[in-house]
Amino acid sequence: MGLTYDTIKEKLTEKFAEQLTNWEEPYGMLTFTAFKEINLKVLQFLFDDETLRFRFLTDLQAVHYPDNTGAELAVVYHLHNLVDNIRLRFKIFTDINSPEVYSASALYQAANWMERETYDFYGVNFLGHPNLIRVLNVDEMDYFPMRKEFPLEDQTRIDKDDEMFGR
Amino acid sequence: MSEHILLPEGSLEKETTTLNLGPTHPATHGVFQNILELDGERIIKATSTVGYIHRAFEKIAERRPLYQITPLTDRLNYCSSPINNMGWHITCEKLLGVSIPKRVDYLRIIIMELARISDHLICNSIVGVDSGAYSGFLYLMQFRELIYEIYEEICGSRLTTNIGRIGGFERNFTPTAFEKLDKFLDEKHGYPAQLKEFEKLFTRNRIFMERTIGCGPISAERAMNYGFTGPNLRAAGVDYDVRVHTPYSSYQDFDFSIPVGKTGDCYDRFLVRNEEMWQSLSIINQAYKKVKEFKGAEAEVFHADSPAYYLPPKQDVYTKMEALIYHFKIVMGEIEMPVGEVYSSVEGANGELGFYLISDGGRTPYRLHFRRPCFIYYQAYTELIKGGMLSDAVITMSSLNLIAGELDA
Repeated sequence: MGLTYDTIKEKLTEKFAEQLTNWEEPYGMLTFTAFKEINLKVLQFLFDDETLRFRFLTDLQAVHYPDNTGAELAVVYHLHNLVDNIRLRFKIFTDINSPEVYSASALYQAANWMERETYDFYGVNFLGHPNLIRVLNVDEMDYFPMRKEFPLEDQTRIDKDDEMFGR
Repeated sequence: MSEHILLPEGSLEKETTTLNLGPTHPATHGVFQNILELDGERIIKATSTVGYIHRAFEKIAERRPLYQITPLTDRLNYCSSPINNMGWHITCEKLLGVSIPKRVDYLRIIIMELARISDHLICNSIVGVDSGAYSGFLYLMQFRELIYEIYEEICGSRLTTNIGRIGGFERNFTPTAFEKLDKFLDEKHGYPAQLKEFEKLFTRNRIFMERTIGCGPISAERAMNYGFTGPNLRAAGVDYDVRVHTPYSSYQDFDFSIPVGKTGDCYDRFLVRNEEMWQSLSIINQAYKKVKEFKGAEAEVFHADSPAYYLPPKQDVYTKMEALIYHFKIVMGEIEMPVGEVYSSVEGANGELGFYLISDGGRTPYRLHFRRPCFIYYQAYTELIKGGMLSDAVITMSSLNLIAGELDA
């Protein structure tokens, strides 16, 4: 015990200073945003530091904010320090036209498929990933289905008159 | 003669065999495909393909109000749907700020632990089947039937339960549900007796031990790096359990221990699951006792007092204005969520099942991500089976407790 969000914040600011922004604690989880170039450095620092010890990657996913011009895609990491039992979340934002982000798969084996899934649905291009191909969707797919420009079908549409599948 | 037989190019020079295991092979228990490169019966390389039953749940969820997402969670790990349902309700309650009465928490724990038992018993007895012992499976299966009857008594369905609602249960547990629970917990004729018999069949069985010890092992460090959670991680020797580390639904009120293994092989995973079933039985007994202690009006509580999110009783809808409004708003999905992002996780039967929900203040989630334990630890499968025999690959797969529905979302 003893590791608190204040300590984590202090240590991270000491190391990365202005490169980390948007410190928040929504629903009790420390959240911050990092520049996308330093995502690996932050992960590595959190992993290696003897007091922080964030060595478990709980989850990794992307979010698409189409209105956020220049930073449309967010990649969100959830990390867990199992010794002190404390979690944190950090985000990086990237331009949708050049969604290049460094891959964490060398640090965490678990990130391998998580990044493939993120690539599969959002098209985030993880640099340095050993095998960045689609994982859940078919290989022939040529778009990234979870992006907001692909809305689900309007459930009230009436132009379909197929007897079996129409509404 | 032999010059007339045309073999494919290069087939004589290649010394290994390529074998396509799955996606519909009965031994894979679900749609998993693995392309194995075999030297005799030894696996030298494996490549796995997943996604055969991907149903785009995360995308669909972006169009649905919260309560309509519950049926989607059913179809993740369908061997223990109630845990998924409760995990989802707990996430929503965290976002909406609904506080849950103690009795509801305890009832939820009873259901979740029953689900955990039903999941572990399937997994462990299937490990038995895959190693050539069929009877254990039949012994335990009748009790899964009883668990399903209990679900049915509470929510009306059996496999994909859609049990409970945001704020509690749809109705109070009926006396029949408690009767069936008594029957299940009965020391002499209920599940404990059967589980004892099952353990007698397997735990010190020479054939079973030789078949599973040292099969598909993983070290604690590798398991953590691969993002293992649940019984598979605990079998490798890490005592991480969400129920203890981040208690939800009043798990802190209960006294139970977390079994851990050492080598992370099939045998350890089997033992950890068996012991977890005993722990679950103990938790159910404690929770049942606590539920019985509620007296008077408290003994009838089965949902939170939050009319804005919990569907009002139908009689009130016909007679009371407010109830009618809430009924309409909830059913039509016109509840606006508070803005925020929340990550909440529960200890699913095969690991940490997490829900990452981002709300932009609309009626549906802006983004919902399921942290599906299966998906994350299945990556390690190719490493686990490398160098082993083909038959070990089959047994390793069943002992990892892979559920295709959860893996593919």
